[in-house]
Amino acid sequence: MNKKTKTPFFHIVKRGEIPLWQSIAIHIGALVLALVVCSILTTLITGLNPIKVYATMFEGNFGTERKTWVMLHALAILLGISLALTPGYKMRFWNIGGEGQVLIGCMASGAVMHNHPEIPNALLLILMLVAAMAAGAIWGMIPAFFKAKWNTNETLFTLMMNYVAIQITAYFTIRWEVPKGSGKIGVINQNTMAGWLPKIADQQYLLTIIVVAALTIFMYFYLKYSKQGYEIAVVGESERTARYVGIKVEHVFVRTMAISGALCGLIGYLLVAGSAHTITTTLSGGRGFTGVMVAWMAKFNPILMILTSFLIAFMGNGAQEIASRFYLNHSFSDILTGIIIFFLIGCEFFVSYKLEHNKHREEA
Amino acid sequence: MFDIVSFFPRAVVQSVPLLCGSTGETITEKSGNLNLGIPGIMYVGAISGVIGAFFYEQSLKAADKPINTFLGILIPMVCCLIGSLVMGLIYSFLTVSLRANQNVTGLALTTFGVGFGNFFGGSLIKLTGSEVPSIALSATHGCFVHKLPFAKNLGWFGRMFLNYGFLVYISVIIAFVAAYILRHTRHGLNLRAVGENPATADAAGINVGRYKYFATCIGSMIAGLGGLFYIMDYASGVWSNEGFGDRGWLAIALVIFTIWRPNIGVFASILFGALYILYLYIPTGANQAIKEFYKMIPYVVTIIVLVATSMRKKKENQPPESLGIPYFREER
Repeated sequence: MNKKTKTPFFHIVKRGEIPLWQSIAIHIGALVLALVVCSILTTLITGLNPIKVYATMFEGNFGTERKTWVMLHALAILLGISLALTPGYKMRFWNIGGEGQVLIGCMASGAVMHNHPEIPNALLLILMLVAAMAAGAIWGMIPAFFKAKWNTNETLFTLMMNYVAIQITAYFTIRWEVPKGSGKIGVINQNTMAGWLPKIADQQYLLTIIVVAALTIFMYFYLKYSKQGYEIAVVGESERTARYVGIKVEHVFVRTMAISGALCGLIGYLLVAGSAHTITTTLSGGRGFTGVMVAWMAKFNPILMILTSFLIAFMGNGAQEIASRFYLNHSFSDILTGIIIFFLIGCEFFVSYKLEHNKHREEA
Repeated sequence: MFDIVSFFPRAVVQSVPLLCGSTGETITEKSGNLNLGIPGIMYVGAISGVIGAFFYEQSLKAADKPINTFLGILIPMVCCLIGSLVMGLIYSFLTVSLRANQNVTGLALTTFGVGFGNFFGGSLIKLTGSEVPSIALSATHGCFVHKLPFAKNLGWFGRMFLNYGFLVYISVIIAFVAAYILRHTRHGLNLRAVGENPATADAAGINVGRYKYFATCIGSMIAGLGGLFYIMDYASGVWSNEGFGDRGWLAIALVIFTIWRPNIGVFASILFGALYILYLYIPTGANQAIKEFYKMIPYVVTIIVLVATSMRKKKENQPPESLGIPYFREER
């Protein structure tokens, strides 16, 4: 061997299948590391001791009955968006337009609610649902159509669609603002409560949670056992294979994105009719992007997504609690979310690959 | 009436963050890395500069000394570059060394970066326990907007082209230098090879990982400067949360609009800057809402360019072939 050639200290070897327990152990290890880093950071900033950090976070999520409901609602909305985005990602359609698809759903259902409060409530709610899902579907289908037809880059297209949706919403927010000049619509139909989803068992958020739970089960079976789910999986693995076996890839692109967009619209509907009862440009609140990470961390498995969205919702609410107790800025939760995702993304490497010291090879 | 001599400079100051962001992102994308973390990196660049300048101004106040122009520029600039370099390193480490998905890493970086900016922007005073009502770095702002003394005497020409802070010229120079390096030097050629077909580049003896690391980190630092310009020059040194807005994403849009050419970016960014503030100049009468529609123009234009380039399929106008795809030597 030429002495001038440097031998790296280790080299990377691709693993075959690794046992499930080992993969789980790697993920838990990464999560623990992430939580340790988060608590060290929080300790540095607030002076709380690390155990107290998580105690405070726990209180922020489960301290009162109200906080628990808020946490469950945040969990449901995030999970819903992640589920809605999943079919697209399964076929490797990089849709980062969840934000816009949710928002246009909010916009459509809010528009029906704002303009036709005279319709009987049950019918109104159905109309709002249809409008929201149709709008979301259109928002999903436009980039998919161009991707299918001319292979237009979908990541950048869907990103731009977010801003088109935001500006449309901003336009109507100002047109319908109450009072004039406030730049806000305020609660729509405050007195009649027309177009508000009913409370179940006196809980405002329960219906949303039930709908998302049903969506989780639907998505699990749709992806795993339906013909369309199978087609999505094949297209995601290899477009050429899909074409070879006679799947119309273009058709699958458009159809899947219509479904994905419609489900995003559904979440928008739940946000407007279920909790916000108004339209603002920030209703989606970045969750269209967070949803991508939640879905990706769960490897697009709907059941695992419950865990990952719980993790993000828990850290989010916990960080809010710490921030408000110490009069700090509420963006603290974004920092912690970012750190956790860095670690969980990074650990995937150790699931797929292992490092081997080069010494071993030379001896052998 | 419409006054180009007053409109143009406003478009230019709007364009600088976009230009820095898009030049940085173009360099990054030429290496095959689609860095969606640019908005976050620009926030981090801005807040790092703010933190550096904040401590410097506080120490001056304690010692009761006037600001030193050289240090007043150097300290925020170095802090900004270090902050954005760290962000670039996180991205490269995750996507190149650990082979993580680029889009997810980028989005995480944006979440983290925007959160980092807003958190420290909103809590810096509380955390340091200093007795100022808000972050207003007017002394540092003064250093950053030193202008040519004779610019105002040169009539419309001076006002349109010479009457800016130095970062405006630096960003334009960076863009032209980047364009030259990408098209006319060996390193540029190698970098483009890495972005188009890393396997071939690897076979030709180019260190793919190193190019990706360098391109991403340099790109991040350039983008970070855009954030610094925004806060120190445009915003007069006053930090406001979410003030930077969507400019990071618009910078990514600009990369497509310029079909991956930083020299076109100089003009395109001014056009985008003009589109960004056009709604202020269009007479709308009492109809305030329609302005929100005009704000949509830059995004719609970008979509049209994106679709048009994909329809025409002209080879030199396409995104780098392996954009967004990680490279593993073993998996060929």
